Amino acid sequence: MWEIGLGHYLTVAAILFTIGIFGIFLNRKNVIVILMSVELMLLAVNINLVAFSWALKDLVGQIFTMFVLTVAAAEAAIGLAILVVYFRNRGSIAVEDINVMKG
Amino acid sequence: MNWVQIQPALPEIVLACAAMALLMLGVFRGERSARLVSWLGVIVLAAVAILVASVTPTSGRLLLFADMFAVSLYGAFVKILVLGASALGLVMAIGYNQREGIARFEFPVLIITATLGMMMMISANDLIALYVGLELQSLSLYVVASFRRDSIKSTEAGLKYFVLGALASGMLLYGASLVYGFAGSTNFAQLASVLTAKDAGNAGVIVGLVFLMVGLAFKISAFPFHMWTPDVYEGAPTPVTAFFSAAPKLAAMGLFVSVLVGPFGKLVGQWQQVLVLISIGSMALGAFAAISQSNIKRLLAYSSIGHVGYALIGLAAGTEAGYRGVLIYMAIYVAMTLGAFAVVLCMRRGGQMVETIPDLAGLSKTRPGMALVLLIMMFSMAGIPPFAGFWGKLYVFMAAIDAKLYTLAILGVLTSVVAAYYYIRIVKIMYFDEPADAFDRMPDRELGLIQAAAAAFTLLFFLFPGPLVRAAEQAVKSLAG
Repeated sequence: MWEIGLGHYLTVAAILFTIGIFGIFLNRKNVIVILMSVELMLLAVNINLVAFSWALKDLVGQIFTMFVLTVAAAEAAIGLAILVVYFRNRGSIAVEDINVMKG
Repeated sequence: MNWVQIQPALPEIVLACAAMALLMLGVFRGERSARLVSWLGVIVLAAVAILVASVTPTSGRLLLFADMFAVSLYGAFVKILVLGASALGLVMAIGYNQREGIARFEFPVLIITATLGMMMMISANDLIALYVGLELQSLSLYVVASFRRDSIKSTEAGLKYFVLGALASGMLLYGASLVYGFAGSTNFAQLASVLTAKDAGNAGVIVGLVFLMVGLAFKISAFPFHMWTPDVYEGAPTPVTAFFSAAPKLAAMGLFVSVLVGPFGKLVGQWQQVLVLISIGSMALGAFAAISQSNIKRLLAYSSIGHVGYALIGLAAGTEAGYRGVLIYMAIYVAMTLGAFAVVLCMRRGGQMVETIPDLAGLSKTRPGMALVLLIMMFSMAGIPPFAGFWGKLYVFMAAIDAKLYTLAILGVLTSVVAAYYYIRIVKIMYFDEPADAFDRMPDRELGLIQAAAAAFTLLFFLFPGPLVRAAEQAVKSLAG
């Protein structure tokens, strides 16, 4: 049967990472979706790190993952807080409405 | 781990404890403590700068915390500049925040945590430490950008900065994961010994390096990752913009140099090409996009993109003279930008901030001192001798010519000619246009002092370039080993 190796994990991570980036740039609807896309990117990185950690027989990658998870939580909290104050002023969180400053 | 071992990290430890202590002080004394906490914050930043100078060894590098944290003269040089820029940014904000009714004690605490993040990332000797330091800085800055939370512009600036900053962190992290996987370590010293010139063909490491550079280019707002800069500069409260244009940019540039020269030093052939493109793009964009701007904060945003391009010339040169040029350029740039923003902060009419360029019309008749300061800053940014900006450019251009990067040097000179147009246009508006209504009285004495100090530095740098140049030279020497 097929053996699942490092290459498979890296491919999944690369696909997730790309979906995350496209989610940020192609999404025109809602800022929450952007936050989800950012999260997706960070999780793709985590898959990468854990897969490498396993392949290299080295724990540093998993420690790195813990830091990434922690920081991602803080980042999501701050992102949502900024989103809330923005919504109070603008009354909308549609991406196309974020256009007070241009040029 | 005993006391002697962690002693070189004392500045960071003191700053972290001070941030928490000031937060407690603010919480217990309530909203009215904003002014006290701010001034205490300024004192702490200044004290930590002295501490940095006293714990740094005069040569070589000290490694601590399992080699994750490096202390060297290079780090000390950048850290002292960063601490100075943060302290001045905080001083500029105190009066402004009070007048605008946004004086809260969280502001100085956030500035201090951001500065702590910058110091961590300058000292980072490991990809994990780099990431954690960078995020501590960025997360604090996102909040500071949207600090005026009842203003749609400020919150929009914060939101844009957050989304693009998070994207940049994701890119940087993906690069870090690839470097870790393909080179087998996150430690800078081990990476430097593993990655030799023959690794240039290792696609995984190269792709990882490019992603890392993308993430860092975002943080220094270099082309093509600059798009957040004008909006954030325009939307954020003006003292925050002044802070953004100085300390974080300086720290990120210091990090950029130490990452490329340290672990990836042997791959100079790979990153040099990328840097040449980024540098040319930033210089061109800074020169051409600024021409049509009418908001002075937006104009200074594009100007800062251009300045980053010039500083990157020195890094692209890939020589010690080039790195020295980057440090000198950034030090001069910080003085210029802080001086210019100290003038912008005085642009008030009828108790309201104004920030368009026509508002400066005839400033030489209504406020000759301020007009003179802005004139010096604009001439210096344009690179007209004998002002400091000219010497900064000279050092990086010389390094580029020594490294045979003639195209880069020639394009640098040409774009600085284009950029001179909009700098000198401001001088023309101030000195030859019909005066607009006079600005309000200078709001704070501190702003006048900062203006005078920045003007004196920019004007007199050519008489005493020695100390800065020698310090930068020593700093660069400690970068390699």
